[in-house]
Amino acid sequence: MTERMFVQGNEAVGWGALYCGCDGFFGYPITPQNEVTQWFAHEFPKRGKVFLQSQSEVGSINMLFGGAAAGFRVITSTSSPGWGLMQETISHCVAAELPCVIVLVQRGGPGAGSIRHAQMDYITATRGGGQGGYKNIVLAPGSVQEIHDLIQLGFHLADKYRNPLVVLMDGILGQVSESMEAKTIEFEPLEEKDWALKGRERQEDGKSRLINAAPGVLPLPPYPNYISWLKHMEEKYREMEGSELRYETYKAEGAELILVAYGYTARVSKEAVNMARAEGHKVGMIRPITLWPFPYDVIREKAMLGCKFLVVEDSLGLLIDDVKIGVEGRADVHLVGILDRHIPTDGGMIMPGRVFEEIKRLL
Amino acid sequence: MNKKMVCGKPKIWKDPPGAAMYCPGCQHPVIDRVISEVLEEMNIDGKAICVLGVGCHAFVQVAWDLDILSCAHGRALDSATAVKRLNPDAIVFTVQGDGDCIAIGAGAFIGAMARGEKITTIMFNNTNYGTTGGQLAPTSLLGQKTATTPHGRDAALEGYPVHTAELAATFKGTAYSARGSVHTPAAYQRTKRYIKTAFQKQIDGIGFSFVEVLSACPPNWHLSPIKCLERIGEDIVSEFPLGEFKNEDSTERLSKSK
Repeated sequence: MTERMFVQGNEAVGWGALYCGCDGFFGYPITPQNEVTQWFAHEFPKRGKVFLQSQSEVGSINMLFGGAAAGFRVITSTSSPGWGLMQETISHCVAAELPCVIVLVQRGGPGAGSIRHAQMDYITATRGGGQGGYKNIVLAPGSVQEIHDLIQLGFHLADKYRNPLVVLMDGILGQVSESMEAKTIEFEPLEEKDWALKGRERQEDGKSRLINAAPGVLPLPPYPNYISWLKHMEEKYREMEGSELRYETYKAEGAELILVAYGYTARVSKEAVNMARAEGHKVGMIRPITLWPFPYDVIREKAMLGCKFLVVEDSLGLLIDDVKIGVEGRADVHLVGILDRHIPTDGGMIMPGRVFEEIKRLL
Repeated sequence: MNKKMVCGKPKIWKDPPGAAMYCPGCQHPVIDRVISEVLEEMNIDGKAICVLGVGCHAFVQVAWDLDILSCAHGRALDSATAVKRLNPDAIVFTVQGDGDCIAIGAGAFIGAMARGEKITTIMFNNTNYGTTGGQLAPTSLLGQKTATTPHGRDAALEGYPVHTAELAATFKGTAYSARGSVHTPAAYQRTKRYIKTAFQKQIDGIGFSFVEVLSACPPNWHLSPIKCLERIGEDIVSEFPLGEFKNEDSTERLSKSK
């Protein structure tokens, strides 16, 4: 079944989750993602699925920990201050190998910051924001349709690797409305969750299961000690890095300047590339769709060809660090950031015209 | 001569017994045994999902032949909430310590009671943080010397002991709340009845059910196991009275505004 609809980005989270068999949503109100929570409150209970408003974001993420352990597809959504509260248990989800999807609709920071859009949680999203230096896949949609699609891919990859997964959005993407096609996307088949808790008598082999986020405290099979378990985690991270990299290139062939952006600023950057190309400038874009793993190799290839880089992100500069890692000192990396918004308020945006100005200055 | 087994280990206690790490004189495994007997007698162990916090109480995870989830510190009731909501036919219960439940986990505890989750919580109260070396807990008695109150708990500085079972009883979403102990055979039997009643409330779908159980902690109380039992029977019971604080038979009575 396919449904064509005109919906907000925040609502697309819900449609994507619904169409890939999500069982439960657990969330706490926070701007600018409230439409996500409200969508699930309206649409899930009448379909026999679970919606629950938690007492805090700490509650939400620990509900995901429980729901995932019971073998269900579970999701939460939050914005930046709530994201901070979730870090401890995202780390526990990694340790206990519990798959779940966390949607982060970024707003301005630090602190309570602003309640409007921004892209200021890049580092905590891509570097394992909680304790223990873990890894999780981060998907960065750039349109309402892509939100719907990446939520489904997100559930698939979370289940495939038994790891939490972050879908990184921003207030603009959450609030914008676009035409979208809702449908179930087919992926390769997944293994049964024979590790999930159901009650011993409901297990096919009749044996009890234990799920524990502290394999170093109580070493249990199949990892006889802490380091053997860490080795297993390392192998999983490497497999995700090797197999799940996704990015889009736009007019990057033959470009002398490469823009790098994700989310709403990628839309802005694409427009700026078009403006520049129309005037004959050799400009292209690389849009990472996975922010972890990050497309370092493609960035490095362009740097070795002598390209300059312009990062467009609605922050003081966070994604730019990954681009610098990618170029390995071979190229100049510039920034159009949050200080370049068209008006100096929380409602200001980075506009294509400002990016185009910077392109002309650099070429 | 015919030999008859009069007291074996609970069936849900894995072989070899004693795999769980408890200090001599600790009463946590005694309370684990009460819970084991209740689960077996009610024949609900097969569909039980046990959710544990962090602390000495959680060492039972290596001993119980149950489906078990070991959670972040204080968060067992959040995780148990999702397990039960997504899997309403399962018997979902948390085992938590006093620090786990009413200090770091107070938000999760109150949230679960406010929503009237159909979950059973057994809280082990040993009046201190046992695992980390006997620090002050919300339940430490006035004057109690702990690793972080070396001169004894002072109400002016550290406040007063928290009465968790009485607090639980004030929530409309709570169907059952009681406090028991296992320091005498009679107390053991009463506590077993409380825990059985608590699980029955979950089975009947009435609301949240809670049993606090006093537990001895010889190394951190700096007392012999026998002296610990005396302390429970005297000082602790006079601060934390035993008994039932709430016992509702229907959701109708719970939903009435008073």
